[in-house]
Formats: sequence, structure tokens, C-alpha cells
Amino acid sequence: MSTTESAPLLTVDNLAVEYPSKKFRARPFRALTDINISIGRGETLGLVGESGSGKTTLGRAILGLAPVTAGTISFDGKDISHATRRDRRDLSRDLQVVFQDPYTSLNPALEIGAILAEPLGVQGMEPAAARKRVKELLDQVGLPSDAINRLPREFSGGQRQRVAIARALALSPKLIVCDEPVSALDLSTQARVLDLFLQIQKDTGVSYLFVSHDLDVVRHISHRVAVMYHGEIVEQGPADAVTTDPDHPYTQRLLLASPVPDPDRQEQRRADRHRLLEAQRMQHEQAGALA
Amino acid sequence: MSDSVETAAVAAATSAATSAAGQSGTVVRSTVLRRLFRNPLSLVAMTLLLAISLLAVLAPVLAPFDQNYANIAKTLAAPDSVNILGTDSAGRDVWSRLLFGAQLTLLSALLCAGVAIGIGLPAGLIAGYYAGKFEAVSNWVVSILMSLPGLIVLLTIRAAFGPSVWISMIAFGILISPSYFRLTRTAVQSVRNELYVDAARVSGLSDLSIIARHIFSVVRAPIIIQTAAIAGVAIAIQSGLEFLGLGDPTKSTWGVMLSEGFKNVYLNPTLLFWPALAMALTIGGLVLLGNAIRDALEDGEKIKHRRGKGAAKATAPAAGAARGTGQQTTAAPAAARPSRKSVAAVVPGTEHHLIKVTNLGVGYPQADGSIKKAVDDVSFHVDRGEILGIVGESGSGKSQTAFSILGLLPDNARIVAGSIQFDGCYTVAPGEDSVNQERLSKLRGKRISYIPQEPMSNLDPAFTIGYQLVTPMVRVLGITKAEARKRALKLLADVGMVNPERTFAAYPHEVSGGMAQRVLIAGAISCEPDLVIADEPTTALDVTVQADVLDLLRELQQRLNIGVILVTHNFGVVADLCDRVAVMQDGRLVEEGPVREILRNPREPYTQTLLASMLEGKEPMSMLVSTLQKEPVA
Repeated sequence: MSTTESAPLLTVDNLAVEYPSKKFRARPFRALTDINISIGRGETLGLVGESGSGKTTLGRAILGLAPVTAGTISFDGKDISHATRRDRRDLSRDLQVVFQDPYTSLNPALEIGAILAEPLGVQGMEPAAARKRVKELLDQVGLPSDAINRLPREFSGGQRQRVAIARALALSPKLIVCDEPVSALDLSTQARVLDLFLQIQKDTGVSYLFVSHDLDVVRHISHRVAVMYHGEIVEQGPADAVTTDPDHPYTQRLLLASPVPDPDRQEQRRADRHRLLEAQRMQHEQAGALA
Repeated sequence: MSDSVETAAVAAATSAATSAAGQSGTVVRSTVLRRLFRNPLSLVAMTLLLAISLLAVLAPVLAPFDQNYANIAKTLAAPDSVNILGTDSAGRDVWSRLLFGAQLTLLSALLCAGVAIGIGLPAGLIAGYYAGKFEAVSNWVVSILMSLPGLIVLLTIRAAFGPSVWISMIAFGILISPSYFRLTRTAVQSVRNELYVDAARVSGLSDLSIIARHIFSVVRAPIIIQTAAIAGVAIAIQSGLEFLGLGDPTKSTWGVMLSEGFKNVYLNPTLLFWPALAMALTIGGLVLLGNAIRDALEDGEKIKHRRGKGAAKATAPAAGAARGTGQQTTAAPAAARPSRKSVAAVVPGTEHHLIKVTNLGVGYPQADGSIKKAVDDVSFHVDRGEILGIVGESGSGKSQTAFSILGLLPDNARIVAGSIQFDGCYTVAPGEDSVNQERLSKLRGKRISYIPQEPMSNLDPAFTIGYQLVTPMVRVLGITKAEARKRALKLLADVGMVNPERTFAAYPHEVSGGMAQRVLIAGAISCEPDLVIADEPTTALDVTVQADVLDLLRELQQRLNIGVILVTHNFGVVADLCDRVAVMQDGRLVEEGPVREILRNPREPYTQTLLASMLEGKEPMSMLVSTLQKEPVA
């Protein structure tokens, strides 16, 4: 675990996110409740949970794409919970994103060069300088430089995700929010993209908020792990501890539910899982009886 | 479906350079403009419109007379060397008036389209992008505009402002702007929440730049198509008004000429003919051009020599629902040749296999006449009570293999080699080039059933879960509704529903994804099949739900002693369920064997690579692939 002496890069305090309900005068939908996390410089915080647990919403709230109802998000010492569009433009130099679906996160009508130059142009970089930077970026993510004049549809899913990573890297940010960046990829592609994420962190010292539903992925890439369940963080701590010896009942269930690629060990894990479920059920019933 | 035809095509294209065998073929690309120029229809339309526009522009040069020059001595004259199309009742030259008329008619049509675009496009962009109050208000305005009787408004405006073509066309443009508004708004709404728009927001792009860069490109094409149609309508409306005598008599337009010709129709019918012909050609040209652009934008590389125009569309969710519940809606025989009654006997000694696939090849005919293979030389078998896992990455042909057993390949797919036999009878005999639907429809749903990947899209949202379970049972098993209902409730209890009655009465949207998958599993086993084909049955589910569904599948398989083909990309799922594993890559089966042997001691490098990519048991933060090599770009 890499701790730094200085204050953490990102701190989220008591964050709540509510979406207004579509129905007239209905109560708003509460997506996140009382979220507290922090990410240090050069650190990766893995965020794991099932679909609908709010892990994507937390990433979007940090990026300013989800409404902050209560609490604060501070980044690099500045409160960004309600940053304006202009603040966001400055912020985009330090805070970037890689989305889950590499098929919809790149505009199909734009060439790779134009996609990568977009964040550079917003910061007022000259076209010639931007083009040079784009070539550097392509090299950094392991794509050939002739990709500049190609359209996204000419690339496979893994290659598109590399383009998306290059776009996030364009302005040398301090933090990248990675929203399930490998879950749409094939196994061997996933391994190569994870390697790329690790290599970039080693080279640039960037921090990641790495959102995933896959405990194995999160264990592999994170320094610390937070587990989300029903819009709340139920457990967080060092990656090793949380992903191998979890405290919270949900994390325990999650750990034993992910199958291992060996029939005999998987049979063992299956039996462990059934024992755990039985134990948790008993506990639940006892708690219910006491109440 | 992760391995749909498209992904297979893309994957084949990316791997075409590296692998000569297996999947073959290339993806043909052509730009919209080139396709437009290759289409004879659009060529004719474009030539026509270009010629008419040229004539209109050059009217002052080409016309021998002024549009209002009247030779009283020569009225209603027949064509001669001076007046090549003759003269009208006032002795004006028809050819000259036709040319000047083209100018005014085309310009006014342009004005109308321009006004409509000028109002509809920005309003649609704003309403679609920001939604909220502006959208609500503009929807009201649009509704009011659309409920106005157009012709009466135009007549009123003519009465108020006089017989000006321009004013009436501006009015018509305003009246017709809702069509642009709605088109734009719908197109924008469909991309507003795309991730690349979010990415642009994170990059700090202003709304204006986002609309200009990312949003406008999706509305451009529909706007062009719409404009072709609108311009035609504008010409027709304008000419209609003038034909009624409401036009400006001092200006020559085709409508005014039509009106004039109609008055003298008994004296000189050709006066009616020429403006009518000009209008017909122009409007026809515009409509054809619009159609041609639409065709060019839709991926329209047509494949020639298609045999058997069967109705078996395997793409629609409805068809998927039919698969899931075993309903047979895709019965159209895809085989063109008449099926023989007698089917060749299978190879002796193989009858005991529940399903046996031998040297199967599946291909798709391409525009250039070649056949792109998605599955090549695949052989395997499954016995009763056995679970075979087919593992591979997207585009490896694993789903195509499963679908050819089910007989649910897309319409244009061809069995290019091999055979499939089920319980001692061929469903695809050697030498047949498509799945025999007649033979297979007796098996499908009853003896072979299917569990799909996406539980939600495979249940019809319009019907209750109970209805979707009962109907196939009544049809396939021939039992009464009451009996089927009893069975359905028992099945729902079997698949772990706490309250089967409630689930029976529920609509698909009222249950979770995991529950929906249980319902589909209940449907798959409802008719007591011998073979279940499960295509990535747990991929769309959460890990904890996946574990429950896997438990359910194992329990049912053991209790009913059925054969299962499990298509998946997850080795953990394979380890959990399968007895044997087949590994596929680029349409070929690279390795097959007992699950322990394949997972522990894989012989093929590809299987080794796949297993090495698993994260389980790896040192955290270590590199998984030794060197970061550059992937080849297709």
C-alpha cells in the first residue's frame, strides 16, 4: 500500500446522490448514501459491487455527470462538488475518464486523431503540437501511429479501449476514473489492457478509481478496495485483506461466488459458499428472532 | 449475442492476416458517396436534377424571349422554329416561360425548405439536447402547428398579403417545420446519452462545441433525405395554389402555366403537358434521390444469388423469445430444394450419441461471390447426462455452432460442410447446405431447447411470464391449459421461485435479471428436452446471481439426466459445470477433452494463453502478458 505524506488527491465526504423521480411529487431516487472514500497520489482504489449498487454513479458524481445532493468531493485541495462548466474545463486537465463500453465511448464519425486531439484543443493547444502529442499517446498505449487517420470501427474492442485510455491520458491527468474498463473485453484482451493500466501508473504516477464488478480484476489492479452494496460502501481496506479475507457478509458471498478455473477447487469453493449462505441465513433468522 | 455476425466479421477481418485457415474472407467497405454514384437510380435522379437546375440558372441566356413578352398575333401557336414549344393564349413563348418558371419554382421550393430547416433544426437540437422546459414548450407549439389545416392557412395568408410566391412559401416552411423538429429531436435524443458525449463533457467542451462536433453529424443525413422530400412537396403545394388561380399572374411559374394550360385545355392540350412534365420530372427526381441517399446510408452491399428467401429472421427479440420458450414461429423452410422424405442413415456406431457434429462448416456468402467462413471443420459430440463446454473469445464461432444445431442461423448463412445428427437422425445430412427446418422443428422446443444470454430481451414484455410458459407447453405437449398452468407453477418452484404464483402472474419487467433467467430455464426444461443449449447463460448476471443459476443448472441437469452444451467464455463457469471442454478459435475447434485435462494441462498454445489470462491466483499488480506487443490493425 502506497501512502503519501501529503493530503490525499481525492476525498469524498458523506456524499449523497439523488435523482429526481419521473413521477409527479414522488420522492427522489437515492442512488448513493453517505459515501466516504479517499485516493492518494499514485494509488488505485478498486470499487467493487453488483449492478445497481451505485459504483458507476459514484464515478460519475466525481466527474460531474451525476447530481451531488449532499456532502463534498474535494480534489487536489479544491471543493468540486458543484463545479461549474468553466471549472470543469480546468479540471479536465487533472481528472479524466475511461468508460466501460469501447463501442459507444468513441464517436463513430470521427477519426482517432480527431478524438484524441479533442481534449488538447479544448485546452488551447495548437494543431501541430496536438498532432505530435497524439502520436506520443498512440505509442504510449501500444497502437501504431497510422491509427490517426482511421475510424473507430476499424479497431477491435481492445484496441478501442486503448484509444479511450489514450484520450484520458492526453492531458497527463492526476486521476482517471475507470468505469468497468475491461468488462466488455475478451479474456486475453483484458489481460493486455490491465497490463497497460499498470504500466501507465508505473510511468506517470497517475491515480485510478477503478470500478468493476469482478473481484479478481479489482484484486489484481488495486492498492485498496471499497465494496459497494445498495448505494453504500459496506467495507474498505487494503486490497489483499478485503479480497481474500473479507469481513462484510456481502463481500464474503461475492468472494465465494466467483468461480475458479479448476473443477476440484471450484467444487470446494461451491461447498464453502453453500456453508456460508447457510450460516448467514441462520444468523439472519436469529437476528430476526431477537428483534 | 456477443458473437453476432458483425463481430464475427470484424474479428475475421482483424485476424485474416494472421490465420489463413479457419475463418476467412474480408470486409468490404465503401463510402456513402461512392455507393450513391454506383446506384443507377440515384445517377438518373442526380443527372435530371442537375440538368433542370442548370436550365433554370441559364434561363436568361437560353430563353429566346422574356417570360412576359406577348406576341398577340401568334396565340396558341403550334411549335415551330421560333417558338419551339409553341405559344400560350397570350402569345407568350412556352419554352421561355418554362425556363423562367423553373427558376422561380425551384427557388421558392428552396426557400420553403430553408425556412423549415432554419426553424426546425435548431429547435430540435436544443429540445433534444437539453430537454426540460424548452422541449415541453416547443412540443406544444409543434402540436398546434401540426393541427392547423395547411391549405386554409395558406389561403388566408394569400388573402392578407397578396399573391406573392415568397410569402406563401415562407408560411408553408413554417407550417412544415415540425417535421424537421421531430426528426432532429429524435435523432439527438438517441445520442444524447452516448458515452462519447459524456467523455466530451469531461474534457470540458462547451455545449455548443459538443452539439457541433458530436451531435450534428447524426442529424445531417436524415435532414438531407427529408429535404429532398420536402422540396418536392413544396413544389406540389405551390403549384397547387397557383393552379387554383391564387398565384401572381405577372410571374411565370410552372403552377401558373398549369393553370393557364387548364383554361385552354380544349384548344391546346400541350400547354398543360409541358409544365406537368417539368413538375413530374423534378418531384420524381427529388424523391428518387432521397431514396437513393437512404439506401446508400443503410449498409446496402447486396449479396447476389441468394437462395431461399426464408422468413427465419433470427435477430429480432421476438424470435429470441420464441427460441426461449420453444415456440416455433420461424417455420419457413429455408431450404430451396424440396426435402426428400427419406433421410440418409447416420454412420453406424454413432447412433447412441445424443448429438454429434461432424466437420461442420458455416459460411456467409459475400457480395463478391466468395463465402466467408464463420465455423470451419468443427466436430464434437454430447451424450445423455453430459455437459460439454464450448469456450472461446468473441468471434470464435462458438455461438454460430450452437445456432446451427438449433437451426436458428441467420437467413443468409450456409452450411458449407459437414453434418449434424441428433439421436441417430441427421438434422443436417452430409451434402445439405442448410438446416432442414422441417426435420428440426419437430425437435426444437420439444427435444432440443435453448437458454439465451440476455434474459430480459428474450421475454416478450407484452405478455405475463405465465402465458409465455404455458403457451409452448400447450402447443408442444398437447396438454390442456389448466394442466400446463399446474406444470408451469411447479417448474417455477423447481427453479427456486419463492412465490411461483406471483411470478406466474408477473410481467417480465417486474422481475430481476436473475429471476428472468430462472424463468427462461424453466421454459427450456418445460417440455422435457433431451438436449439444452445454453449460450452464455450467466454472462449478463451478477456474480452472486451467476453462482445461484449455475447451482440450478447443475441440479436440474443431474435430476433430468439431460445433455447440455454450454457456450461460454468463462473458465470458472466451465470448471463449475462441465464434464468436457471444447476450445474454439477463429471458427475452428483447437482442443477438446475432459475438463480436468484441458484446464490443468492444456496442450494447445491458444488454450494456454487463455488460461494464462485468468487473474485468479496471479500476483497482484504483476504484468500478465510478458511483453506489451503492438496488436496488428485490420
